[in-house]
Amino acid sequence: MPKDSGIGASTKRREDVRFLTGRGRYTDDINLRGQAYVHFLRSDVAHGTLKGVDTSAAEAMPGVIRIFTGADFEGVGGLPCGWQITDRQGNPMQEPPHPVLAQGKVRHVGDPIAAVVADSFEEARDAAEAIEVDIEELPAVVDMKAALADGAPKVHDDLSSNLCYDWGFVEDNRQAVDDAIKGAHHVTTLELVNQRLAPNAMEPRVAIGDYAGHNDESTLYTTSQNPHVIRLLMGAFVLGIPEHKLRVIAPDVGGGFGSKIFHYAEEAFCTFAAKQLKRPVKWTSTRTEAFMSDAQGRDHVTKVELALDAEGNFLAYRTDTLANMGAYLSTFSTSVPTWLHGTLAAGNYKTPLIYVNVKAVFTNTVPVDAYRGAGRPEATYQLERVIDKAAREMGIDPVELRRRNFITEFPYATPVAVEYDTGDYAATLDKALEIADWDSFDKRAEESAKKGLWRGRGINTYIEACGIAPSALVGQLGARAGLYESATVRVNATGGLVVMTGSHSHGQGHETAFPQVIAEMIGIDANMVEIVHGDTANTPMGMGTYGSRSIAVGGSAMVRATEKIIAKAKKIAAHLMEASDADIELKDGAFTVAGTDKSVAWGDVTLAAYVPHNYPLEDIEPGLEETAFYDPSNFTYPAGAYICEVEVDPETGKVTVDRFAAADDFGNVINPMIVEGQVHGGLAQGLGQALLENCVYDENGQLLSATYMDYAMPRADDLPSYRVDHSCQTPCTHNPLGVKGCGEAGAIGSPPAVVNAVVDALQRGGKDITHIDMPLSPGRVWAAMNV
Amino acid sequence: MELSAERDISADRETVWAALMDPEVLRQCVPGCQELTGTPEDGFDAVVVQKVGPVKATFKGKVTLSDMDRPNSLTLNGEGKGGAAGFAKGGADVRLGEIEDGTRLSYDVKASVGGKLAQLGSRIIDGFAKKMADQFFKRFQEIVEGTGEAPQDEAKESSQKQGWLSRFKKDA
Repeated sequence: MPKDSGIGASTKRREDVRFLTGRGRYTDDINLRGQAYVHFLRSDVAHGTLKGVDTSAAEAMPGVIRIFTGADFEGVGGLPCGWQITDRQGNPMQEPPHPVLAQGKVRHVGDPIAAVVADSFEEARDAAEAIEVDIEELPAVVDMKAALADGAPKVHDDLSSNLCYDWGFVEDNRQAVDDAIKGAHHVTTLELVNQRLAPNAMEPRVAIGDYAGHNDESTLYTTSQNPHVIRLLMGAFVLGIPEHKLRVIAPDVGGGFGSKIFHYAEEAFCTFAAKQLKRPVKWTSTRTEAFMSDAQGRDHVTKVELALDAEGNFLAYRTDTLANMGAYLSTFSTSVPTWLHGTLAAGNYKTPLIYVNVKAVFTNTVPVDAYRGAGRPEATYQLERVIDKAAREMGIDPVELRRRNFITEFPYATPVAVEYDTGDYAATLDKALEIADWDSFDKRAEESAKKGLWRGRGINTYIEACGIAPSALVGQLGARAGLYESATVRVNATGGLVVMTGSHSHGQGHETAFPQVIAEMIGIDANMVEIVHGDTANTPMGMGTYGSRSIAVGGSAMVRATEKIIAKAKKIAAHLMEASDADIELKDGAFTVAGTDKSVAWGDVTLAAYVPHNYPLEDIEPGLEETAFYDPSNFTYPAGAYICEVEVDPETGKVTVDRFAAADDFGNVINPMIVEGQVHGGLAQGLGQALLENCVYDENGQLLSATYMDYAMPRADDLPSYRVDHSCQTPCTHNPLGVKGCGEAGAIGSPPAVVNAVVDALQRGGKDITHIDMPLSPGRVWAAMNV
Repeated sequence: MELSAERDISADRETVWAALMDPEVLRQCVPGCQELTGTPEDGFDAVVVQKVGPVKATFKGKVTLSDMDRPNSLTLNGEGKGGAAGFAKGGADVRLGEIEDGTRLSYDVKASVGGKLAQLGSRIIDGFAKKMADQFFKRFQEIVEGTGEAPQDEAKESSQKQGWLSRFKKDA
């Protein structure tokens, strides 16, 4: 019987009422009295020496207040990188400066050169056209292999090369892995590209800086997934503003997918300029600007080798990756191909020996950072593609080969430094086979054949690591941040609650799901709970939302704070009923003394806390408000099995995803409807990568895909009606809710299933094609068949 | 992008060569050219208004002639900056060969764009460049052969709307 409230109920999203009726309050909806507008003049060339910026003509243009260039930011900090990687030799990565506005050189198309602040957006943009920029164009490096070649032009002149780091993991395993591969019965190799993607949140980025002279306080309104992180990075590293003089507000945010984690130059600029000009300064990105200034995703080129014995047992696995950093190190760019990627190399399998090598490379392209899945989609894609190829080469059924190698005992310590606490990979695989109707594939293939189409099927079993933690560990690994989460639970006198969370909701449905947890714990209606997030002035220091961490880490902090509330409320209730607090039970919003009919309502206790006329003041303070910071002891490990069926038109190469089944184990589920929605969205993004999306630069570093005419986003008619299941649940063993997180699974698990299916269809059609790089556009598939 | 083509012109190589050196001819041949001044030796300054897909802009740039081997071959290079629209660069290696009825003009064109032009127009830029090159050499042929009227240009007096060849002969 489905529940209609509390944990496990498919409560409709309360935030959707305002989103769907156009009453959301996004950053661009905010207009401050006297605000000015900034337009950034961005580089048209990918690489060049900035010889001069003449703003004199532009300054005389109507409405212009001031024009800033790199020179105005001398002495101001650069944008920091939040994770230091140590290379194979034990040396720190090469970390170049990242100025707010270009200084000396431009390094990618879109690199901001000057910022025109004017009375209107139109005047700012017009004036920018009158700025004379003298750039001596330099040869650009776009391709990663070329960037690492001897004599390649250097993106950063002060660095020894374009190599950011050469990372080995686990370095001590290197020799053993090499030896195992050398002596193996069978080795399957594959070279593949995980193409660059543009994140494309529906809401482009916006920043408004404001400055209050009377108390010397700066405020930044911004489209962020983590306002506290922005406050810390911008305050401490860029502008030198202490946190108590800096407030960061991220109101309703229309999607992020990772791209709004990072601290961007435009945020620092607006905050800086507002203080200089004593006027609010607003920037709203255009869509094309987003394509060349939002951090992009993926962009790995990898060689993988999987060694197997005669029975198909995995013996060793080795990957060799070039990871594109772009022109500068975005906030968490360096962690994505390393700790968020190498640690997932084991997948769901008990491969005893694994070695991951990653070379991170600077190129004259837009910086690359976390994008939905961040490192884990790349790890899954490599492993699941090479397993599929190995199955074909060895004549073993791809389902059976996976099953044979599954980890079945938990906890399981992988050779890549993480310990899976729980899981049941056979269960999700069986569920996926069931909902995909795997056994009647042949019948559907016949139907396709009648239409002249080749049907193929692909399977992928994945694991991901969510809720990255604990802080002490990530600190050892180079993170310059903690990865706890916080919540303050404030109970009001009349019994309603406000939860101030360090998590940030930008589409995830926290305002609905979080109250369901509290409602379950106290036994009250979820509508008595309000979620406050996104404002550093009224939420405790928190790390924000990414990496599917909100319910696992933020939710756990909220549970801990609510537990403190309940413990204190029980003491008040015990006092009111003249009983021992050990005997007090809380159920359905009422406190009772065990074994008696004595009872006080939740509201009576909360009122007593604030009107303490009859109150144990000698034991406890008045009021009912508690804060908890939760630092997890481990990642969580959602896992699942995805099955894709495609039809390929041999005449045109067009791929149609006809069926898609996703069986996920997310542990306990708070709101099944929201979880299903998260999976649907993730699948759409994953299928977008598999079939359509590609961020393209030409050999001069010109960005060619900067509009929706050229960058193909998935649309409704590109997607099938999904079959989604999350009934296989092995609860997380180390957080109080037993939850694992579901935000990225769809985007991680789907691309390999699609590519496996297309290769299968082509093989069934008689084409000996073992791999096609994504996106599997008709052109690429046709070329693979015919060229 | 790169393209190659050839065109047969009913005029001898010296005539064709001289036309290529004439700024007024070039002005009439460059599609959308508003102004073109200068000399073959020092290069030409040009103002060109063009619409590439959704982007319309005024390009200011320089055209230089190099590797001049009269009357056999030369190289034209141009770069135009279109403000917010970005920039376009191009070059053409032009060869003049003798044929029975006149001159065979062959050309290899290379063109590239940057900034907004690349971002918005990359899918159409190949077709655009081909169209520009075709138009240029078609007009050039018409003007040299004197068969075609000079392109419509409201800023110019109608007296100038005549075949280049006849004007050239008059001047000679």
